[in-house]
Amino acid sequence: MKEIHDFKVLERRQLGSRYFALVLGHGGRMPAVAPGQFVEVLVEGEPKVMLRRPISVHDVDEERGTMTLLIQIVGNGTRKLAALQPDDKLNMVYPLGHGFSTDIPAGSSVLMVGGGAGIAPLLHLSKVLKDRGVDCTILLGGRTAELIPVRDEFEPYGRLCIATDDGSLGHKGLVVEHPSFSESYDMIYTCGPTPMMKAVARSAAQRGIRCEVSLENMMACGVGACLCCVTDTDQGHRCVCKDGPVFDISTLKKWYQC
Amino acid sequence: MLNVKVHNLSLKNPVLTASGTFGYGEEFADFIDLNRLGGFVVKGTTGTHREGNPYPRMVETPSGMLNSVGLQNGGVEKFCSEVYHRIKHLDTNIIVNVSGSSIEEYCSVAEQIDALDKIPAIELNISCPNVKCGGMGFGTSPDMASQVVAAVRKVYHKTLIVKLSPNVTSIAEIAKAVEGAGADSVSLINTLLGMAIDIERRRPFMANVTGGLSGPAVKPVAVRMVWQVAHAVKIPVVGLGGICTAEDAIEFLMAGATAIEVGTANFIDPAVTVKIIDGMEAWCKNHGIKDINEIIGII
Repeated sequence: MKEIHDFKVLERRQLGSRYFALVLGHGGRMPAVAPGQFVEVLVEGEPKVMLRRPISVHDVDEERGTMTLLIQIVGNGTRKLAALQPDDKLNMVYPLGHGFSTDIPAGSSVLMVGGGAGIAPLLHLSKVLKDRGVDCTILLGGRTAELIPVRDEFEPYGRLCIATDDGSLGHKGLVVEHPSFSESYDMIYTCGPTPMMKAVARSAAQRGIRCEVSLENMMACGVGACLCCVTDTDQGHRCVCKDGPVFDISTLKKWYQC
Repeated sequence: MLNVKVHNLSLKNPVLTASGTFGYGEEFADFIDLNRLGGFVVKGTTGTHREGNPYPRMVETPSGMLNSVGLQNGGVEKFCSEVYHRIKHLDTNIIVNVSGSSIEEYCSVAEQIDALDKIPAIELNISCPNVKCGGMGFGTSPDMASQVVAAVRKVYHKTLIVKLSPNVTSIAEIAKAVEGAGADSVSLINTLLGMAIDIERRRPFMANVTGGLSGPAVKPVAVRMVWQVAHAVKIPVVGLGGICTAEDAIEFLMAGATAIEVGTANFIDPAVTVKIIDGMEAWCKNHGIKDINEIIGII
């Protein structure tokens, strides 16, 4: 069940110059949030921003009733959100969309490939999969080490691999060039810049590995009503907000082949 | 206190939702009790399935947004055989927005919707700015507008609302033409044709280049047009364009609207419609108004 709620900022962490994290709670029970689902936040006090901003859920603490958002500062909306401080209020519509598949048999081996802000939903995913006894390899990429925030948070949940364009951390090069990428897996999940996800999807398709990608299109409603955020799937236009943001690449041949 | 009548359509309050902003109602069922609405207008429905325009389809603009969805919908048969059965139990007025590329298509869709017991009205969309054939082409000439409305009138027997385009020199003239052709009501305004350019990439933001502007930015234009049309025709007017609050809704009523539609505001607050209904009731109480009809068209 989707809800609208005023959350309180419980904690704010600055992560380098481009990213920050907000830990949010509203004092009550939250509906279950699946890995890969997102929230739509209301940006208040910024005249240039009217529509809500979709932000993927980075982490969920069901016992504490809190949710963490990892946000990259990219425009007027996220710049305003960056000014939020503990005790400030943030109105959210959540949980939205169709998340990652987590019905993976224990003992399976999966790869998660994240780039930039796309690493956000992979933390919640890696926690859920580790709980299910799935063996996770978490491959994170960025132009520089500073652009791969919160990488340490992933360490308890699987094998952590890093690729940076400048070699400032981990393997020098793209994520798809990292040695761990070409190993054998039962499933690959990816979220990040479109060219990265397309390269991951093409490789997974070639190798016959099941693969899910999390798309990020511009949205208005967030609930499948306005049809603004569509992506071209093999079944025609589908809403990223409702039918996605996570899609199995078997429905996205047109998308990853171009 | 808030009951109004749009032709034969009795509304428990004047608040409807605008087509294309409210899906088929179901998308908002987690946030509000749909039965509280005066009614809702479902997504534009055409004779056959349409994929709509390519992505990107929207861009945020000052106090508004441009969209160019292009009437993506599953077609009238799918609506009648699937969607209708999921929503027909609701205790509110479900109005189908009907669109097409030809007079024959408009008539065929209207005729099929006419057969559905729980659909008491259609909103004939002769004003979509985002499709190449038909749409706004029918709504920008009094002659074409009156031809399509007269043809639909022959096959459609319930309340016929015609949605008008603001992208004309005189909206009152179009309103008079559709009234003369048998419309029971007019709704206005559809979106204002607009455009926005991404100067860094040196290309339009939307794949379709132009799109329809909606949101608070268009409200004063809409109020003016509602006022002009309300003075030009005898049939009831349904007002829309940037309504976000109860005060906005009351402004439209004073300008001459019998009912209003909430559009873009649903994206900002999915529960906004019930807040507007509650706010209108509170406003009436605070102003000693026993019947909302007292303020309709007082300007």
